[in-house]
Amino acid sequence: MYPSDRHYTKEHEWISVSGTTARVGITDYAQQQLGDVVFVELPDVGQTFDQGAQFGSIESVKAVSDLYCPMAGTVVEVNTTLVDRPETVNADPHGVWIIAIELTHPDQTAGLIDAGAYAELVS
Amino acid sequence: MPVSRVDRFADRHIGPQPDDIEAMVAAVGAMSLDALIDEVVPSDIRLDTPLDVPGPETEAEFLARMRRVGQRNRPGRALIGLGYYGCITPSVILRNVFENPGWYTPYTPYQAEVAQGRLEALLNFQTTVVDLTGMAIANASLLDEATAAAEAMAMMHRLQARTAHGANRLLVARGCFPQTIAVVTGRAAPLGIEIEVGDLAAMTVDDRVFGVLLQYPAEDGAVIPIGELIDRAHAGGALVAVCSDLLALTLLTPPGELGADVVVGNSQRFGVPMGYGGPHAAFFATREAFIRQTPGRIIGVSIDRHGHPAYRMSLQTREQHIRRERATSNICTAQALLANMAGFYAVYHGADGLRGIARRVHGLTRRLAEGLHALGVQPAHAHVFDTLRLRLSPAVVDRLRKDATAAGLHFRYVDDAAVGIALDETTTGADVAEILSVFAGAMDRPVPTVDTAAPEATPDWPDALIRRSPFLTHPVFDRHRSETQMMRYLKRLERQDIGLDTSMIPLGSCTMKLTAASQIRPVTWPEFADLHPFASVALAEGYQELFRELEASLCAITGLSAVSLQPNSGAQGEFAGLMVIRAHQRDHGEGRRDVVLIPASAHGTNPASAAMAGTRVVIVACDDQGNVDVGDLRAKAETHRDALCALMVTYPSTHGVFEDAIHEICDVVHLHGGQVYMDGANMNAQVGVTSAASIGADVCHINLHKTFAIPHGGGGPGMGPIAVAAHLAPYLPGHPIVRVGGARAIPAIAAAPWGSASILLISHGYMRMLGGDGMRLATEVAMLSANYLKARLESHYDVLYTRANGRVAHELIFDLRAFKPLGITEIDVAKRLMDYGFHAPTVSFPVPGTMMVEPTESEPLDELDRFCEALIAIRGEIQAVIDGTADPADNVLKNAPHTAAEATADTWSHPYSRQQAVYPRPFVRANKFWPAVGRINDAHGDRHLICSCPPVEAYQD
Ligand SMILES: Cc1ncc(COP(=O)(O)O)c(C=O)c1O
Repeated sequence: MYPSDRHYTKEHEWISVSGTTARVGITDYAQQQLGDVVFVELPDVGQTFDQGAQFGSIESVKAVSDLYCPMAGTVVEVNTTLVDRPETVNADPHGVWIIAIELTHPDQTAGLIDAGAYAELVS
Repeated sequence: MPVSRVDRFADRHIGPQPDDIEAMVAAVGAMSLDALIDEVVPSDIRLDTPLDVPGPETEAEFLARMRRVGQRNRPGRALIGLGYYGCITPSVILRNVFENPGWYTPYTPYQAEVAQGRLEALLNFQTTVVDLTGMAIANASLLDEATAAAEAMAMMHRLQARTAHGANRLLVARGCFPQTIAVVTGRAAPLGIEIEVGDLAAMTVDDRVFGVLLQYPAEDGAVIPIGELIDRAHAGGALVAVCSDLLALTLLTPPGELGADVVVGNSQRFGVPMGYGGPHAAFFATREAFIRQTPGRIIGVSIDRHGHPAYRMSLQTREQHIRRERATSNICTAQALLANMAGFYAVYHGADGLRGIARRVHGLTRRLAEGLHALGVQPAHAHVFDTLRLRLSPAVVDRLRKDATAAGLHFRYVDDAAVGIALDETTTGADVAEILSVFAGAMDRPVPTVDTAAPEATPDWPDALIRRSPFLTHPVFDRHRSETQMMRYLKRLERQDIGLDTSMIPLGSCTMKLTAASQIRPVTWPEFADLHPFASVALAEGYQELFRELEASLCAITGLSAVSLQPNSGAQGEFAGLMVIRAHQRDHGEGRRDVVLIPASAHGTNPASAAMAGTRVVIVACDDQGNVDVGDLRAKAETHRDALCALMVTYPSTHGVFEDAIHEICDVVHLHGGQVYMDGANMNAQVGVTSAASIGADVCHINLHKTFAIPHGGGGPGMGPIAVAAHLAPYLPGHPIVRVGGARAIPAIAAAPWGSASILLISHGYMRMLGGDGMRLATEVAMLSANYLKARLESHYDVLYTRANGRVAHELIFDLRAFKPLGITEIDVAKRLMDYGFHAPTVSFPVPGTMMVEPTESEPLDELDRFCEALIAIRGEIQAVIDGTADPADNVLKNAPHTAAEATADTWSHPYSRQQAVYPRPFVRANKFWPAVGRINDAHGDRHLICSCPPVEAYQD
């Protein structure tokens, strides 16, 4: 259910690293808890975030969650399709990324958990 | 005078009659009503003496006395201006909206399927504001113009904090209304914002400035080109909020066309009486890009299950009930009824009518200026809309004050050498002649004559200030010119909504009791309705007498020492109360205290108000029984002992239970130097039985629109006075124009000194007619009714929290979470109740997955029984899904509510019958309510925002 090709946070983000860049999204559990996503607040390209810093937020009709950066990095791309089609997060949470970052410390995965641990966390 | 049984108001207000009460006491298994109350309320907080308040009075006595009291108000002709103007409420609106329970009794339209009428009306209001201000979006009202300006400040500050430089200065034009400057100043301090008041032309917009606030036209009447000021502010990186006037904007270039970022103001002069300060609706309009930072409710258009357009409240994630201390504002109750009236005024008059009214007001103002010129008095500004500022010698001002007051003409006396005169829709040529005659007398000059035969005039302002753009072009503003059309439109909308005139509204935490018709009648009598809030108090002796009595009664009821009648809602009371606490602490060298403890179960306004008061919110956990976790409270109070400002606690709790540990809770807070703020939303379970002082609170607000019978108006008005203990009395809020408040008053927290004064008459009537014993009986029956519902329903639904002895207070929570795995939620039950003719209980607050029911004392036993019958039947419908005899997706719950169109369509494809869908029980037939639309698609509405009247084609299939 939770792909093993990436790391997870206890705040329900996933991060998939390839080389020095990574993509960040929210987990299936998170999208279920939120319900129908209606808005994703995206950062600007070029903004830099520490590990654990808030980079945006995601809203459903009845809830709002902050989005935290799982690893430190600088935003190189934001998924602009979310502006008009935020509901794609519900349809494919592990496929639809929110931001792509250039990692400040590509090897610093401390504090992140793997798919198995995450599945346990939310079960 | 002994009150005979037939006249006893308590029997009219309290639904269950004496023999019903007996039956209900038996049903809950109590020995007597008294014995039940002993089981509901802990003994250590009980009152042992009757309430010392006046009354009871019969309805006839009340009305007769109010006639007499009213005669001691002398409204005269108020020409004071400053955001409050005489106006004509079209009788068709007065009778069918303002004085009509179909419009004034409903709640905020959270259950949109049974609120399409007022949602459409609120959308008309938003459209009116959008068109007149020239902005892209507007909300569906704020509490008053001054707080709307404060909200604009806060929004600009938030927006700038995201992009810029820690700028924390707001430039405020001297031309803003004094009450606006006072309220904005009070709201700025806790947010660390600096206010600089001055002459805008001379102020510099440097990088410390995040925003500019100005008034257009200015408080002295000047119509000045603000375009350059706005450009200069933008060039300096600041945002600009403009306070404006809707009537002026029918002729004046709208701020939106000049680049304003926010436009706020009061819509009162669109047909809402001044009422000595309120209620009326403030508006707030801004750019589309700022919609997510906008405070207050925003009505939008979505679609229902059948794909038809349907209205709902949009983007609720901005608001306190979801975002709590990070909400865009603490506002909850707003001014829906009054916004609806203003919108209807625009609908009835249309663009041409409004322009005509504005040209008449403007024309008479020009005639007056001409006459004054003939007397040698030169108005301060050449370009004005409706207000003249006149500089005179102190001797003339003195005489004028005497003569004008004697003639019932009330001007604004700015200082000893300046007078302001603001004309309005009610001003006639004869009034202008009389004003001139009074001036001539005061100056010993012959009376000049002016020709007011054709009063309408087009403004003589510079071209750039003349409005060219059309407004109110939507057909709704063009189709209701005759009274027949208007009446039918109002009735058509009214019939789409569930109010208390339809059936019980069991909303927990909302206290949907009935307002007696007698209580509301005086509100629209001219002696109460037409008084200007800044009129000399000598002209308002009737009101003043009622205020003193109301303050004394609220002190008796709460056990506290002093009251401020200024706050216009519970949330505003919370802010006021916290600011009073902070002022007291600052005065005692404890200004560092900035932590407010709030139980996890608190209403969203509590953390939102705490944030607005500049405090840090620390959440206290609740235990398994739903009570404040005293261990956690102790630990957190201890940790923050040097910073502890206050605890905010709702009592009985938001879970509807009298917590036994309340004394201990308050003691812990006091021990660590904090004050106890009691959220009085649940005071309907206290009056005459216990009190804020008995539990140990230092401050509380009282939602008069809950406990004391002000109707909810479909989302406001309300009143949230605060009561405080003696040590806090010196800090009660003041006012820049009228002397109110304590010796060391905090700045005004509302525009008017006594808030929405006219609706205080309702609470006064409630208290007077019930008297102390009647109010206590009302409290007891409210608790009996809740326990009766528990007794009848607990074998069908789980009741979430009770006292250890199984008793609830005045409301109770039914837990539906067990059904969630089957896909059935509290929302499905809420919507299904509509098919049975009921409004839903409060859903998802205070606990997600549950619903909270509050019957109130005014619901009769047979209505309580019908409600139980509906819930029991729905439980059977849930069971059918559980048992598999109903389809898990295509069932009566999931498809609820069912519309008439659906039930009468040629095809019917559901596995259940039409009868089951729309007449599920025999009682439903007698009073069938047809929801106007099917279940609304919330997500669609938030993803495709439309926040003004949609084009008519949208409704064509
Ligand atoms: C427990 C509680 N506190 C505070 C409030 C806020 O009151 P108001 O809507 O008058 O601002 C409410 C209103 O629903 C409430 O239920």
